[in-house]
Amino acid sequence: MSCWQTLQDYAFRSIGYGERLLPRDDFTLCQQFTLIGSGMIWNVYFGVLALMAGFFLANAMAVMKAASNPWLRKPAEWFILVFRGSPLFIQFFLAYFLFQELKQSTGAFGWMTSAWAGALVVLFLNTAAYSAEIFYGALRSVPKGEVEAADAYGMTGWTRFRRIIWPTTLRLAWPAYTNEAIFLFHATTLVFFSGFPAFQQKADALYYANYFADKTFNPFIPYPIVAFYFVLLTLAVIGVFGLANRYLNRHLPQERRPKLRYRPQIIR
Amino acid sequence: MFSYCSDPSSLSGFTWLSCYLTTPKHAGFYWSFLTVLTLLAITAPTALAFGFGGASAARSRIAPLRWFGKSYIAIVRGVPDIAFFLFFVIALDQAFEWIRHQWKCPEWSEPIRQGNDFVVCAAAKLPLGTAEQWVHEVYGFFTAVLTFAIVFGAFAANVLYGAMRAVPKGQIETAEAYGMTRRQTFWRILVPQMWVYALPGLSNLWMVLIKATPLLFLLGVEDIVYWARELGGSKTPRFTDYPHGDWRLWYFLVLLVFYLCFTKLSEVVLERVMKKLTRGQATLGGTT
Repeated sequence: MSCWQTLQDYAFRSIGYGERLLPRDDFTLCQQFTLIGSGMIWNVYFGVLALMAGFFLANAMAVMKAASNPWLRKPAEWFILVFRGSPLFIQFFLAYFLFQELKQSTGAFGWMTSAWAGALVVLFLNTAAYSAEIFYGALRSVPKGEVEAADAYGMTGWTRFRRIIWPTTLRLAWPAYTNEAIFLFHATTLVFFSGFPAFQQKADALYYANYFADKTFNPFIPYPIVAFYFVLLTLAVIGVFGLANRYLNRHLPQERRPKLRYRPQIIR
Repeated sequence: MFSYCSDPSSLSGFTWLSCYLTTPKHAGFYWSFLTVLTLLAITAPTALAFGFGGASAARSRIAPLRWFGKSYIAIVRGVPDIAFFLFFVIALDQAFEWIRHQWKCPEWSEPIRQGNDFVVCAAAKLPLGTAEQWVHEVYGFFTAVLTFAIVFGAFAANVLYGAMRAVPKGQIETAEAYGMTRRQTFWRILVPQMWVYALPGLSNLWMVLIKATPLLFLLGVEDIVYWARELGGSKTPRFTDYPHGDWRLWYFLVLLVFYLCFTKLSEVVLERVMKKLTRGQATLGGTT
């Protein structure tokens, strides 16, 4: 079977198009590359959607945590503590069994027990908590002078927040937020190894890599392929976030713009 | 365990629960918490040692050693850690068996990889086919610890590498002015001073390590996740004296609370250590 044929059969296998049966023997390098790459669709799906939704919740939570009103502050503090203080792996299991309980007791929410929705919710809440902590830290280190200047111009409340405080917060938080995004994409590999079942073997890259490693008993081919794809994904994330970083700092002279470097000194 | 537990079907409410929670199977669950703590206790220093080696290699003057150190740091950090866990557990096992195979059966002529099989002679098997159950468990635990140490060693190496570069240049120059050799400068000036710069990163790493321990389940160790799934699943009266529905939700809730308490406690302790270490240092934390 030619590589082109394999590509046609398996390129979209992870979302249910193409050949139904996975290869059983005589595994070729082409099959491994195609199928694992096909699984990356799920990693990108989980990562991108969780990040985009999580961004808004994270900002809301950061502002709430910085509020002086305890009715706003306490819930945000607890939310961040619970999701940052416990392993994502346990959160996946807990959410899966919780959704199952809901399904049995109410009859509805059946779709929440499948990975595409349930795991996405967990990842969304998880990344929102981690990012909220980052944004909260940045919010507290907004220079006092900028806020005073806004006061001097007569800005108050929402206008001051939208025009002065929030843009500076984003600028300060961006490098750390980039790291968070990278590690979120890494975390998406956990989905199909926790409670969530892979329906008809439609699953992510690591699931297929594990499948090949189990079948061939040779870990030295599939896992480096996963690594290769993830290095590409990481580079793409850095590229996109770098563009955003440039946009955020476009008012600064060229040499004073903070450079975005992949430096996960503080990892999640 | 208690005397009134002899006939569980007649019990109810709190007494039933007290009997249920003290069955021998639950003892296994409680012991597995100790497994997790043991793993942490062994892995943390080992990973720190790996990290120290990696960081020293990355700033070595010998180019191949430097390349090795830098690529070790870069590769492990750029790839999802769970991929590494799944990879190393098989790869390490095969590497050990291959080395033993070369050493014990030099006259073996067949190839080791035959199609989809990895074949070594019987004497090179790890653990030996005749070994007892606990040997298998200890060996599995050992490879898990080594895997954790390799992965988290890279993260620690990154932190320590940054910390070594954060030690003020003036300190190094003073040491050189006193005529210290490179080795002396490293051990007497750099290493004692780098810890305060490394501590924020290391304490963060400790938190990540705690939160990575449930992944032991994927490495085939009977840890708390294994037992929570095992005990929580619904039980019919045919197989047990304590039938119940699907309680996995509650078991995992217990695990969640355990981890929350553990990370919170670590946070408090590490904050105290940081305060102690920064006293009198010329950093923002030390001057206040």
